[in-house]
Amino acid sequence: MIHGQRPMRASHRWRRWWPLTLVLLCGLCACRHHEEDAQTLTLWAMGREGEVVAQLMPAFEHEHPGIHVQVQQLPWKEAHQKLLTAFAGGTTPDITQLGNTWVAELAALHALQPLQPYLEQSRGVQSSDYFPGIWATNVVDGTLYGVPWYVDTRLLFYRKDLLKAAGFDAPPRDWAEWSQQMAALKAHDGADRYAILLPTNEFEQLLSLALQQDDPLLRDGGRYGNFESAGFKRALTFYVGMFQRHEAPLLSNTEVSNPWIEFGRGVYTFYLSGAWNIGEFRHRLPATQQGDWATAPLPGPNGAGAGIAGGSSLVIFRNSAHKAQAWQLIEYLSQAQVQQQFYALLGDMPPRRSSWQGAALSSDPAAQAFRMQLERVRPTPAVPEWERIVTEMQLIAARAAHGELTVDQAAAELDQRTDAILEKRRWMLDHRQADPAQGHHP
Amino acid sequence: MNSHHAAWWFLTPALLVLGLFFLLPVIGALALSLTDYDLYALANIHNLRFVALQNYWALLHQPLFWSALGNTFYFVLVGVPLSMGASLAAALLLNSPLARIKPFFRTALFAPVVTTVVAVAVIWRYLFNTKYGLVNYGLAEIGIHPMDWLGDPHWAMPTIIAFAVWKNFGYNMIIFLAGLQAIPLDLYEAARIDGASAPRQFWHITLPMLKPTLLMVSILTVAGYFQLFAEPYVMTEGGPLQSTVSVLYLMYEDGFKWWNLGAASAVAFVLFVIIFVVTTLLLKLSRRGEDAA
Repeated sequence: MIHGQRPMRASHRWRRWWPLTLVLLCGLCACRHHEEDAQTLTLWAMGREGEVVAQLMPAFEHEHPGIHVQVQQLPWKEAHQKLLTAFAGGTTPDITQLGNTWVAELAALHALQPLQPYLEQSRGVQSSDYFPGIWATNVVDGTLYGVPWYVDTRLLFYRKDLLKAAGFDAPPRDWAEWSQQMAALKAHDGADRYAILLPTNEFEQLLSLALQQDDPLLRDGGRYGNFESAGFKRALTFYVGMFQRHEAPLLSNTEVSNPWIEFGRGVYTFYLSGAWNIGEFRHRLPATQQGDWATAPLPGPNGAGAGIAGGSSLVIFRNSAHKAQAWQLIEYLSQAQVQQQFYALLGDMPPRRSSWQGAALSSDPAAQAFRMQLERVRPTPAVPEWERIVTEMQLIAARAAHGELTVDQAAAELDQRTDAILEKRRWMLDHRQADPAQGHHP
Repeated sequence: MNSHHAAWWFLTPALLVLGLFFLLPVIGALALSLTDYDLYALANIHNLRFVALQNYWALLHQPLFWSALGNTFYFVLVGVPLSMGASLAAALLLNSPLARIKPFFRTALFAPVVTTVVAVAVIWRYLFNTKYGLVNYGLAEIGIHPMDWLGDPHWAMPTIIAFAVWKNFGYNMIIFLAGLQAIPLDLYEAARIDGASAPRQFWHITLPMLKPTLLMVSILTVAGYFQLFAEPYVMTEGGPLQSTVSVLYLMYEDGFKWWNLGAASAVAFVLFVIIFVVTTLLLKLSRRGEDAA
């Protein structure tokens, strides 16, 4: 069109552009062809699990030549939001790792595929082989939505030597013994040392104590808070008491710069924490101190107590086009041998009893306390609002620990806030009963 | 077609774009703030309820909202004067006849504005690290005890303010520089002949002549600083003890962490009203000053 020529006619233009068009068309065909040839499964996994699970994929792809797995890593901090936005935008993956407290939330969105039919035909995945409390975290209103992938619970890390110096040969078995030991430790060690570390901004410690009670945390099918029950008040009293008697320091975990070194220095004898700390203590404490620490199951009000059923599950999204293949991937990741490999790579504990028979786990005394407690873990209420409720629980418990609220006031305040959070859920449940067509699970 | 009609035709594209991408979303958000749009409504739109002003009512009864509002005002009241002071000082230095290699300094001082917040925040987190940070290292050299800048509820907000001021002062500096260069030099010459000292010249010539610029910059900065979000999001995640939760951060948590978009829209509108009132007051105040003068 330079030099004032007339514009090119359409045929000329076409002649110039057709090679490019052809290339684009071929590209499209190639894409389609590729898809039909090998099916691509998208797997979302969070944090370190996302890095490590990619190493397990070549073996799976070798076993299933028709399937290609694309692993996408999400940072834990963004994962929850990313999952919800993906659902809102219709861009969910085929299969994802899901913190097991999020199962109820995504199930409420009808985002997850019920897995019972797959389980019934599966030879690899047997629900009876799983720790029952962990399995229960994947069941919402009687429907199974996920298969546990790895587990965690909180229990006692303790200093054997310090406990012995205070006159005790064994870790506590119930709350009475535990209180007695903490009082003795405090009397023995003086003002700048503590019996236990309970960071005031972590909800897991109080939640562990609360789950040990017979009273459920929510009542009437998750319609109202049940924090004014005798059980929760007993747990809160025990929790707050440790701070009031200065057996636990009033610190949040951002103020404790290095809990491992301080544990090594004997600033506190008990540390209520999770499985990842086995690795941290082995890595961070000097060799001379490795014989001084051990783990013990959580003591309960009367004998061995329950604990949190933490960890992650694997779920399949309802709008996945490759559900059968996704289930094959779940079966693969649930094999005892693969779970043992996963434990070796990362230290994430397996949810199946058969996976615990591997040498690395069965010969590790620090892991055995977890094995015992995992038989007794209990799920938290399967309502979508749970995470919000437990956040409020800890904010109020921290105020009670600081002495701003009494136990009764804190429990009442907590019930009031919980009832407000659950208002919509109550309306939903009543609405659903009035109109059975609504909210029906297909 | 008369000229009046023609004007409207010329305006149409702009009005359409504004209406589609600004007015419509704003009306949508206002409507959303009158509902209880949440996770259940996302699953099934039949679960949406009209709640009138309940979101606003609940917000006013939420202690975290008031502490977030307090944190935001703290940030604005300390951050805006500091930021404008730094901008003006830098602009005066750059405008001084004594300054050398001006283009270099102008670019260097403007650089923080065009860098990404997240990348810079990583560096600042290192600088203010309790154990390994350069800041605490420097303080130790002059005998001051190391401080937990981002972990201590009392120091986290000042650290965020320092970060925001450093990140943003370059932008206003450029505007001030333009304002300074527009002041006729003969005014200074006359003042010098009358024997006015440099501070007096600044007080009686520079500041009055800069007044329109100052007003515009203060309105823009106040409106911008009320929308504090990225700095606490990348530096502290609202902590420690929720001491850096701003109003916008609260909105983000309500909306995208708990997915209560109805409540989050209400927060957004409350913030809008606050910014609107404050900027209107600023305008009124400056007009009254003009009338008096």
